[in-house]
Amino acid sequence: MARLPAFLAGAAALVALPWVLPDYQLSLAVQVLVFALLGMSVDLLAGYAGRTSLGHGAIFGTATYVSLYCSATLHLSPWIGLLLGVAAAVLVALVFAALAVRTGGVYFLLLTLALGMVVWGVCLRWSSVTGGENGLRGGARPALIASGPALYWLVLAATVATAAGAWRLVRSPFGLALRGIRDSGLRMQSLGYGTTALLIAGFAGSGLIAGIGGGLYGMFNEFASPSTVALSTSVAGLLIAIIGGVGTLFGSFVGAGVLVILQNVVSEYTDRWQSVMGLMFIGLMIFAPTGLIGQLRRLRPRAAARKPLS
Amino acid sequence: MRRRDMIRLSAGTAAAALAAPAIVRAAPAPIRIGVLAPLTGVVAAGGKEMVQDFSWFWALHGNRAGARKVELLVEDDGSNPDTALAKARQLVEQSHVDMLVGDLLANTGLAVANYVKGTGTPYFIPIVAADNLTQRDRIPNVVRVAGYSASQTTHPFGAWAAQQGYKKIATISQDYTFGYEQCGGLAQTFTAAGGKITAQFWNPLNTADFSPYLGQLANAGVDAIFAMQTGADATRFIEQYASFGLKGKIPLLGSMNFTDQSVIRTMGPEVEGIVSAAQFAEGSANPTTQAYAAAHVKKFGTLPSLYGFAMYSAAMWIDEALPKIGDTVGNPKKLLAAVESTTLVGSPLGYPVTLDAYGNPIYTIFIRKVVKNPQGKWWNVPIHSYPHVSQFWTYNLAQYLKQPSYSRSFQGIAKT
Repeated sequence: MARLPAFLAGAAALVALPWVLPDYQLSLAVQVLVFALLGMSVDLLAGYAGRTSLGHGAIFGTATYVSLYCSATLHLSPWIGLLLGVAAAVLVALVFAALAVRTGGVYFLLLTLALGMVVWGVCLRWSSVTGGENGLRGGARPALIASGPALYWLVLAATVATAAGAWRLVRSPFGLALRGIRDSGLRMQSLGYGTTALLIAGFAGSGLIAGIGGGLYGMFNEFASPSTVALSTSVAGLLIAIIGGVGTLFGSFVGAGVLVILQNVVSEYTDRWQSVMGLMFIGLMIFAPTGLIGQLRRLRPRAAARKPLS
Repeated sequence: MRRRDMIRLSAGTAAAALAAPAIVRAAPAPIRIGVLAPLTGVVAAGGKEMVQDFSWFWALHGNRAGARKVELLVEDDGSNPDTALAKARQLVEQSHVDMLVGDLLANTGLAVANYVKGTGTPYFIPIVAADNLTQRDRIPNVVRVAGYSASQTTHPFGAWAAQQGYKKIATISQDYTFGYEQCGGLAQTFTAAGGKITAQFWNPLNTADFSPYLGQLANAGVDAIFAMQTGADATRFIEQYASFGLKGKIPLLGSMNFTDQSVIRTMGPEVEGIVSAAQFAEGSANPTTQAYAAAHVKKFGTLPSLYGFAMYSAAMWIDEALPKIGDTVGNPKKLLAAVESTTLVGSPLGYPVTLDAYGNPIYTIFIRKVVKNPQGKWWNVPIHSYPHVSQFWTYNLAQYLKQPSYSRSFQGIAKT
């Protein structure tokens, strides 16, 4: 249990962040947490069930849209909006799952991509509800978390709780069954597992995580537009999972950190931040194909083995 | 080992980047203007012109307003509302700008406007034309400095079209707010004057092929066609209109951006004779306008576009307002009051421009026709003008605000 003090110190540092960081950097931290949830939801499917999705941006964005619609158009409490948003995301995830889980590999990727594009199309064209190109705006942040630090703490608490839930999930018998399907779906079937039902449940769990992220993103941004549900968001989720390391779950925090810093800090110094990101991504794929956290995990045993020698 | 070093290095770089301190301020504090423009994405060409003309004004004035230095912090909104919002947040919270200026697409402007509603940062929108920002959903710190609202130019255009004896018009517009509002302005005043809108088409942004629409427009039996298109869509529509043999057969009326310099400067004889309505005409005989256009040609080799003109005028507007408040630029309320009470005297339009009570300028609206200038370039020349046009046209303000905003389903068409 030597890791406990380190863990507690890390937690304390995260909680204390609002006293250290100015407002803007704090808003970046909120974005890191929110996008880490998106990355984690992709990772849950990609890393543990072997199903890489390109439709999670749509699930994430559905929660953003629904929560904003509830608070801005229907004038419901933003908390209810958040709950309904998450519920809608799970629902969309279930629909996606029902259509996509029978496939695997590149077919799964393409199907989720297509389904995501459907959601994007709906958001773009159903302008009486979604506001079309202009999107939905306003009133999604309850008075309780109107200040930057309060919002940060809420997002932090929700993220930590969700991450803990996801961690527990992948280590449960259910999570092990998902890994079994990833390694050999056929063998799991012959062992008597209902792989379709398991994958649908896994997809729903992943949708829940994406939905929580999307709902919180709505509270943070107070704005939803077709670009929130667009392919670029799905790609961002996948990139985050890959940068952090697929199958590491918490690698998403690292991946989201890298992505948000590139987008917001590097872009201050160069307009070519997307080129920087592309080059970095190529470098990552060559030198650390298992992602940053994945690579660290691979290095650690070696380092430990070397120690007695020195 | 090398790999580990690399990871350490990148982690270190990331940490250093995060911890980078805010830019050190010089004394006396410069005026910091955050400029948002789409430098990438679908409207990048327009965005570059925005930044170019805005910076040009300040460069002509030594990058100073009175005794103070003016610092421009240009950020790319990526033609994307989420990016625009992130950049606005960065400029306000990180760079502590005194004001934000810019954005092109309505959705980016609406996203930023919603954000500054909370921060109170003055946000000037010379190009974002969404009617409601200075009408039904007015935000006090969002002001259309040197800007225009979408239906402001098409209200007189509809009345003009009716006066030409056109009885029936068909419209084709881009399927988004700017299209609904520009088209709605024309439809409302044209039908109020007894005209009929026989058909309305809505094409998605970035329509590659207009032939399905052109076939129907050709057979609609109308006296004129009104096309609301911007950017590459405008270029394609004009080209295809000509190649369908409709040019010269059915008069073509266009929205303000339809025959903008950014569209026609690279085109051929197919643009000749298209009529549009706007507050600015680079071919106006007014000596101030001509001097401005000539200076623009000298500097950049091109005639000024609406985007460039609007951003240049906005810079001038800010420049004329700043002396009123002396050292208190950091106070957003004072800055807004100064800008709102300013009468722009140096405008390239050649007459003083003021804002109405809702923060939208009052203009002479030109009905313009595309002709060749003496240098052989296409430009828009006024053929008629409507002086003193506000965003409310001739309507009673309270009544006008009660009608719904223009949309696909509401085009203000008079019931017969």
